[in-house]
Amino acid sequence: MPTLAQPRELLQRFSLGEVDAFEELFRLHQGEVYRWILRIVRDPATAEDLTVETFWRIHRGHASFDSARSFEAWARRIASNAALDYLRSKPRETALPDDLPQAPQPDPGISQEMRQKTVRAFGRLPPKLRIAATLALIEEQPYKEIAEALGISTGAVKLRVFRALRLLRKNLQRQGVEP
Amino acid sequence: MTTPDERMEHLLKQSLSPTSTPTGATLQRDLWPAMLDRLGETSAALPWFDWALLAAVVVWLAIFPRAIPVLLYHL
Repeated sequence: MPTLAQPRELLQRFSLGEVDAFEELFRLHQGEVYRWILRIVRDPATAEDLTVETFWRIHRGHASFDSARSFEAWARRIASNAALDYLRSKPRETALPDDLPQAPQPDPGISQEMRQKTVRAFGRLPPKLRIAATLALIEEQPYKEIAEALGISTGAVKLRVFRALRLLRKNLQRQGVEP
Repeated sequence: MTTPDERMEHLLKQSLSPTSTPTGATLQRDLWPAMLDRLGETSAALPWFDWALLAAVVVWLAIFPRAIPVLLYHL
């Protein structure tokens, strides 16, 4: 997420509960918050709903915001929590949309069936592991950013990614797929 | 020679591509109107302590019905 320089005064007005300041921050950050959530949930309509949910949580928590800190990092943390809550509330099988984009350079050695089985198995992973693996491996976000957004250490992110890969491999092997 | 984890990672990347493609990651509309609706919904809803206060008044009036005219006088 690129850092936008916000006037301290705007952040202070927001923390005091001014709706005008909230609107200004909303308009400045809605695109970035949406993109971050989209990376996690991978569905544009859901990402839009969760962007509104995120800003609703931001609005509700305005008094606890420290205007000396980064608004972007705070917003991304809240967005990650909103996305995690969404993934937890959904049945794991339906958590990933069907019309997912294809890999830019498909490997001819990997069949369509194998890809579909992988997507299904990935959708069955626990949400915490899935978010870490999605952001780190598929979206290729820096580990430090993921750690900040999830409120955990970089080491914990790496551990979740590792566990996600192991669990995914085990699930696929159970289906007769040997990666 | 690749490790099983590396092969798994490759298979995952082949199965799910990043959303950060030029068309996929852009917000298509302004969400501020939806945000305003959300803010309106919640401001119209009574917070829990208002309901608790209302319930306390109803109980109080049920126990002391003679207080009803006094309450009406003060409204």
